[in-house]
Amino acid sequence: MDCKRPFQRQMRLEENKVEAAMNQAARHDLLLPEESGFLEGDEGEDTCTITQHDIVDVVDITSASKHFNLFLNQFGPYRINYSRNGRNLLLAGQRGHIASLDWHTKKLGCEMNVMETVNDVRWLHTNAMFAVAQRKWLYLYDSLGVELHCIKKFNDVLRMEFLPYHFLLATCSATSFLQYLDISVGKEVAAICCKSGRLGVMCQNPYNAIIHLGHHNGTVSLWSPSVKEPLVKMLCHRGGVRSLSVDKTGMYMATSGLDRKLTIFDLRTYKPLTSFGVPLGATTLCHSQKGLLAAATGNIVQVYKDTHITAPKSPYMCLSVKAPIHGLQFCPYEDVLGIGHGGGFTSMIVPGAGEANFDGLECNPYESKKQRQEWEVKALLEKIQPELITLDPTQLGEVDAITMEQKRKEQVERLGFDPYEKTRFAPRRKLKGRSSTGNILKRKKKVAHEEKREEIKKSVAVREKEQKESKASAANQSSQTALGRFKK
Amino acid sequence: MEDEEELFVPEFALSASEDEQEDDDSEHKHQKLLEAISSLDGKKRRKLAERTEASLQVSEFGISAEGAGEKISLSDLIEPIKQTNNLSKVKKQLNKLKDQKSVELPLNNDETQKIQRAISYKNASEEVAKWDQVVKQNRKAEQLVFPLTDETLKPAPIEDKVAGWKPYTPLEMEIFNILHKNKQPITDPLLTPLEEESLKAMSLEEAMLRRADLKKARALQSYYEAKARREKKIKSKKYHKLLKKGKQKEAIKEFEELRKTNPEAALEELEKLDKARMEERMSLKHQNSGKWAKSKAIMAKYDHESRRAMQEQLQRNKELTKKIKVLSESEESEKEDETVPDFVNDAQVNSDGPNPWMTGKLRKDAKDSGSQEEEEKLEADVETKTEDQENDEEEEESEDEVLLKEFEDKRRLRKQEEKQQSNNGNKREATTDMAEDEKQLSQFNVLFQKLVEQNRKEEQQNKQKQAAEPEEPLEADSDEEVLRPAEDAPLLIESLERKQSLEAVDALGQEEEEIEDPVTQPKKKKSAKQTVQRTSEKQAKKSELIDHNDVLPVKAQKVRTPLLPTTMEEEEEEEEEEDDDDAAQKMIIQEAFAGDDVISDFLNEKNKAVEAGKPKDINLVLPGWGEWGGTDLTVSNKKRSRFIIRAPPAPPRKDQHLPNVIISEKRNVMAAAHQIHELPFPYNNRKHFESSIRAPVGKTWNTEKTVHKLTSPKVITKKGHIIEPITEDVFQKHAKAKKTDMDLNKPKHNKPKQDEKNSRKRQFRQR
Repeated sequence: MDCKRPFQRQMRLEENKVEAAMNQAARHDLLLPEESGFLEGDEGEDTCTITQHDIVDVVDITSASKHFNLFLNQFGPYRINYSRNGRNLLLAGQRGHIASLDWHTKKLGCEMNVMETVNDVRWLHTNAMFAVAQRKWLYLYDSLGVELHCIKKFNDVLRMEFLPYHFLLATCSATSFLQYLDISVGKEVAAICCKSGRLGVMCQNPYNAIIHLGHHNGTVSLWSPSVKEPLVKMLCHRGGVRSLSVDKTGMYMATSGLDRKLTIFDLRTYKPLTSFGVPLGATTLCHSQKGLLAAATGNIVQVYKDTHITAPKSPYMCLSVKAPIHGLQFCPYEDVLGIGHGGGFTSMIVPGAGEANFDGLECNPYESKKQRQEWEVKALLEKIQPELITLDPTQLGEVDAITMEQKRKEQVERLGFDPYEKTRFAPRRKLKGRSSTGNILKRKKKVAHEEKREEIKKSVAVREKEQKESKASAANQSSQTALGRFKK
Repeated sequence: MEDEEELFVPEFALSASEDEQEDDDSEHKHQKLLEAISSLDGKKRRKLAERTEASLQVSEFGISAEGAGEKISLSDLIEPIKQTNNLSKVKKQLNKLKDQKSVELPLNNDETQKIQRAISYKNASEEVAKWDQVVKQNRKAEQLVFPLTDETLKPAPIEDKVAGWKPYTPLEMEIFNILHKNKQPITDPLLTPLEEESLKAMSLEEAMLRRADLKKARALQSYYEAKARREKKIKSKKYHKLLKKGKQKEAIKEFEELRKTNPEAALEELEKLDKARMEERMSLKHQNSGKWAKSKAIMAKYDHESRRAMQEQLQRNKELTKKIKVLSESEESEKEDETVPDFVNDAQVNSDGPNPWMTGKLRKDAKDSGSQEEEEKLEADVETKTEDQENDEEEEESEDEVLLKEFEDKRRLRKQEEKQQSNNGNKREATTDMAEDEKQLSQFNVLFQKLVEQNRKEEQQNKQKQAAEPEEPLEADSDEEVLRPAEDAPLLIESLERKQSLEAVDALGQEEEEIEDPVTQPKKKKSAKQTVQRTSEKQAKKSELIDHNDVLPVKAQKVRTPLLPTTMEEEEEEEEEEDDDDAAQKMIIQEAFAGDDVISDFLNEKNKAVEAGKPKDINLVLPGWGEWGGTDLTVSNKKRSRFIIRAPPAPPRKDQHLPNVIISEKRNVMAAAHQIHELPFPYNNRKHFESSIRAPVGKTWNTEKTVHKLTSPKVITKKGHIIEPITEDVFQKHAKAKKTDMDLNKPKHNKPKQDEKNSRKRQFRQR
């Protein structure tokens, strides 16, 4: 059977290989060094009543040192950004104060005041460069605070997102423009006018690098640099959208609006899953690597767990800071939530927030300079082109059916016949009830597998012949008696 | 000259007879003489023989061609000898020759070569066919390592090693001594005397006996099976009834005995009974809902026996569903049972039988009670279920009194339970504030009871009305439902028509939130009759209309937090000063107001997008052609329908069922440029190809080992090795491999037997 259909056999082999690979990968999870877990309250105790002091008192010194406050009430409210490996922290006060630091060691990288309003700040692919959206233009600085570029094509930027695998810096501006800057070549990839007013709400989907924008009319639109119109536009709130966040898997989107609701959407079906009212509404949202959702409501940070399953009755954790919160981000690979607010910066311990096991080749919090340089080269080599940003990232693995069909049509036109068509057996119509469905089926069956049948017949004939021969030879042997040879 | 003579002489001598020869001789001599003279002049001249008769063939030698076309047969040659007696030997030989056939002509060159080629081809193909298997195997192999005939190291048999080995150290000596004590054979066969003995333990006779026993047992089993099968096929109901009864009696007896002797086992039996009860409750097999029961119900009015049969069935249902009290159950579990509302069971009852009273009630209940989520759900369930039943069941208005009574009884029982539950629930409410769910449940129960009572009154009214009025076909569409006055007619009337689509049922839950009291909307009532008339039209349109509530359907629930933002605290303080209700109302109005035009804007936008995406009709109408021309003349419909080419309907949009989403149908051309649009060679199915490139190969996604496996080359050549052409040794290898395969495939229990056989053989050899 196998020899007859080598293609099928090969397909099956491939399939087996894939399955084996999957199993192997799953089995290797056992070898991961760290385990993740969540905070669990005693009986009758709600985890949201556990304060930071309680946690700090209990945990080891290194973990305890992760909770700290920076009192910076001069240039207030602060936007924050952690680098991709979670090692470096960038603080940007609205009144121009910018500081970068290694927050583990609290070592200051650079500190300056740009003497301008700062709207947003973002690390680029490594901790050697960061982008700052200032009052008018977009600026790039290096780790020491030296101004590298002032990009005047990007004006009035309000929010920024960095797409690490595409080396794209996506910005949205007060003039309703969504722009993409390729930071590896320094070229503007796309500038899309969204025609929906001031764009102050933005987030990226880490799964497919689609940019989500929130608008004042309660809609959220999804954008790719290669398409000039929103891929998807969904109405999420009755009032304007205030904040957005998409979780790591790209399956769930959290939105909060002026109607003081926090809704979780399933991005596969675009249907709302859960919705719950938050006091005052959430101004900033952020998903952690493990799927926790942090929401800033006024001066309170609330962290929710399993929001996509049920609407939580109470938060997982809570923290009150001194002033209204402006920036919020979970630190990658750490159980830490960074909070930028009017009074400075607070680092909050949130057990179970970060991914416990990091891939050293992907994002290494403990990388050396040399490793960083190596990684940079590799990442640049593996850079994904901006055209490949699609809603479904597996699209590249699919055949372009429309073009294929078109080509086939053209070929048929050129040749005058369809070379791929198989003439199917159509039984002749018979009268007197002999063309009943059953009968037609029978007749078709007679014809089906004709080739196979012929081969089988042949092989059977050969076998029979062999059997006969062997029988005959056996008979001959038996007839060879002593006097048999005299027989004529 | 002489040659010629020699040639001629024998012919002449043979052809002429002897009698005439003397006359001819002189003539012949004369002729010869003449010829000799004529040849004297030096020139070689041949004179043709004179022809005496007409003939077609003329011999070049001047011979008359008498009988030239005929073949000379041997008999002709022999004939002259016949007279002579002395040549008998020759005669015999010649006679023999006459019998033998002549040797055939050898085939010409082409033919022989052709045959030779065919034969050699056959031989060659046979020779080559031998290699087929090998070639196939090599092609199939996932990986080939050249040189192919690489001998792998094999562990040498122990005997070889042992034979040439002698103990040196004292430890080794000791071990050897022990081995010798046990008479452990070092060489073949590796069996100790003990083992041999054990092998001898079962003699041949014994084995035969045992085999016979087994055979007998198997035969008996097959007989028994056949018998059982035959009995199973018996169609007589009476027989089966008797059989069942007998079994039941036996079971009861056994149970009684068990209770006396082994209480634990009895308990288990009881559990089994409980399970039967559960099954009955789940399936409601004996609820007079089956085909048989229905037919009986029709007959019940006139036939005592069928009535009795129905009662019996109901009795059986009661028996089966009755709870069996077991003392060991703790009180706690009982309490838990109570907290579970009984309406779950109610719904099940409804779902099974045609029970218009119950369903009607439930529906109204839900309506009156306002927007209780659970009730809505329940209602939706009931509706869908009853709707399903509508198709295959007709209304049974005149059901038997007996049946009615049964139902009444059941309901009463259930109500009592509910009362108890609600009381319990209320008590607990007072004591605990944590259990919100329970609270809800108890509330529900209280409501439910009230409604049940109300509805019983209504039910009676309805019955009277039903008897009086002919049934009107009522619209089950959600809009109409609202319009329908609550007092008249049951809410569900069963008929064969399908009145409600599933979507309408889904939408119902949301719409009923909005409308609190149907009685307060008298205006809509009037229009109800009109709408009833054109139901079909409306239903068709319904799918297109989008309710605003559908767009943002999720209901939000407030989160309790221990901490409140400072601004919020201030707000709350203010609120406390005012009336709480007013503040809440304000908030609600604010929230509602904020969203109103946002939704309609979005719907407009979506409509526009949908319209834009639709393919356009092609209008080829030319005014004035085939008609009167001029201004203000409309083109006739006939012409328009003829000359407008209708575009094919657009494929369904991805967002057609998502009112709050617009998904762009535009193709991403830039990404498509990177996609494959021609299938590579071995694939002719898109799906196959896609699945083949679906899985990643790289190190980022796979373990080291799998990457190695996935990327291993198909052919590996070892460096510094000579790759010899394949030889016939491979056949032996293949044969060996096949054999081992066969061995592996054989079931395992055969193996020891074989070993036994082998060892026995070895024993014989030893002897």
